Amino acid sequence: MTSRYLSIEGIARRFSAGGKRTTVFEDLWFAMDKGDFACIIGHSGCGKTTVLNILAGLDAPDDGVVAVDGKAIEGPSLDRAVIFQSHALLPWRTVLGNVSYAVSSRHPRWSRDQVRAHALKFIELVGLKGSETKHPAELSGGMKQRVGIARALSIEPKILLMDEPFSALDALTRGTLQDEVRRICLETAQTVFMITHDVDEAIYLADRIVLMTNGPEAVIAEIVENPLPRDRRRLDIHKQPDFYAVRNHLIDFLVERSRTFKASLPDGYQRRHPPRVRPSAAPNPTPDGDARAA
Amino acid sequence: MVGSLRVRALIVSVLLLAGFLLAWHFAVQGGIKDTGMDPEYAKLMGLTATQGGSAMPGPLAVGETMWKHLANPFYDNGPNDKGLGIQLAYSIGRVLVGYGLAALVAIPLGFLIGMSPLMNRALDPFIQVLKPISPLAWMPLALYTIKDSTLSSVFVIFICSIWPMLLNTAFGVGSVRKEWLNVARTLEVGPFRQAFTVILPAAAPTILTGMRISIGIAWLVIVAAEMLVGGTGIGYFVWNEWNNLSITNVIVSILAIGVVGMLLDQILAVITRLVTYPE
Ligand SMILES: Nc1ncnc2c1ncn2[C@@H]1O[C@H](COP(=O)(O)OP(=O)(O)O)[C@@H](O)[C@H]1O
Ligand SMILES: [Mg+2]
Repeated sequence: MTSRYLSIEGIARRFSAGGKRTTVFEDLWFAMDKGDFACIIGHSGCGKTTVLNILAGLDAPDDGVVAVDGKAIEGPSLDRAVIFQSHALLPWRTVLGNVSYAVSSRHPRWSRDQVRAHALKFIELVGLKGSETKHPAELSGGMKQRVGIARALSIEPKILLMDEPFSALDALTRGTLQDEVRRICLETAQTVFMITHDVDEAIYLADRIVLMTNGPEAVIAEIVENPLPRDRRRLDIHKQPDFYAVRNHLIDFLVERSRTFKASLPDGYQRRHPPRVRPSAAPNPTPDGDARAA
Repeated sequence: MVGSLRVRALIVSVLLLAGFLLAWHFAVQGGIKDTGMDPEYAKLMGLTATQGGSAMPGPLAVGETMWKHLANPFYDNGPNDKGLGIQLAYSIGRVLVGYGLAALVAIPLGFLIGMSPLMNRALDPFIQVLKPISPLAWMPLALYTIKDSTLSSVFVIFICSIWPMLLNTAFGVGSVRKEWLNVARTLEVGPFRQAFTVILPAAAPTILTGMRISIGIAWLVIVAAEMLVGGTGIGYFVWNEWNNLSITNVIVSILAIGVVGMLLDQILAVITRLVTYPE
């Protein structure tokens, strides 16, 4: 129906625990184009991981479909790589072994040397050259997450899915890794769907930020278009004219509206087309003419 | 006195051993020798009556016998007189065959139980009933059906070593971290490759722990089984020497059983260490 690259079409997910059925979300719609970087933010437990697992094919929706490139997905695929929150490295394999495992899954016919060379290329890309014979237990949290990133990128997926990939890291490491992920994704025009609950991370990385209300029965409140220029840099991002507009908008949502949004849906709210907003410091018109722009 | 913990522990061990040997030596020393006895009668009455001491051999006598066994462990003078090495080899052979067969059954079955909640529930009542049965209770049934004493003891070893391996494999396989399985799933790894590249290495430490428990039990049981069925093996040897009233040989065999058991355990311990991964 849509010609978008990735489209979530009316999916629902329900869990029954102890005879009680809870709906995490239902009739959820979202779409992205090739090369888009989308972040989804919302409070813990609202269903972000559930959405991501469905996109990954690790979980199936109870209703609705997810289509990639016009084809409904059924199960996991090498076209969609996942960077897990807990890095999920295989502890009995070295750095090279972990990345090679992914490469040889992607290219079963490749020779050992080909697999090795390709894996080394991506280990170098994430700055881990020299550590390829180490085991995960010998690596710091940031290095482990780098291996996870190298593993995901090494299969050259159509879509990269990330579940709070930097949340367990200290601020300094997180910043460096955000820089590298942004650089790599821009260079390769990678399509990325990422979960975060860090507002600054979303503003720095994402083109589009999806706001999800609190669960259960979470809905997408709105889709925020990032007004900052593409060549933004982390170090002076706060000097961008629109930075505080978008930041305040997101924080206002997390603090207040994520809780109250469902009780007072704006006029004309459609689940299928949540409002698009473009917070901005100057009162200039937004693409959809939305009223909520700051 | 300074020194690493290891050195100090070694010194204490040696002192304890020396103390034990000395106490043993003096505890079995004889009293007054009764020399006025008719030699023929003395022979009939045995050492206890004639020398007033204990029939229990002292550490020196045991050491001397042990030395003789070590010097010539593999002699074979017919069914009732074989070297200690030969007897131990028979027992180790039976244990390895029974244990190996048990591993061949237990590990694949454990995989099945660990991966399939249905099979887990379906097989659980059988395992619960079979597990607590003393392995020797199977012996009559084994002898009756198999009609061969060696194969029957192999069967008994099989049945006693299967449970720890089975339960540990099932537990290890069942508790492989979900995220590791998800990694394999997102990489479209097939079920076979997943079993060998994710589940097996992840569960290996738990499986090996089960195998280590099993080898210990198997070595305990083989001695008892061989006492029961006779013929060959270290268990039979102990019982035979008891019938010959050769307490010296019994003590030497007990030591040998302990040493072999320790070696078997250590081999499994080394393998366990090899497959254990730090997290
Ligand atoms: N396998 C499951 N069984 C039952 N409930 C689940 C399961 N997975 C997630 N949930 C519930 O779904 C909701 C959303 O979870 P999740 O997607 O992990 O939230 P988030 O990632 O946004 O923190 C939570 O309330 C959680 O309890
Ligand atoms: Mg989550």
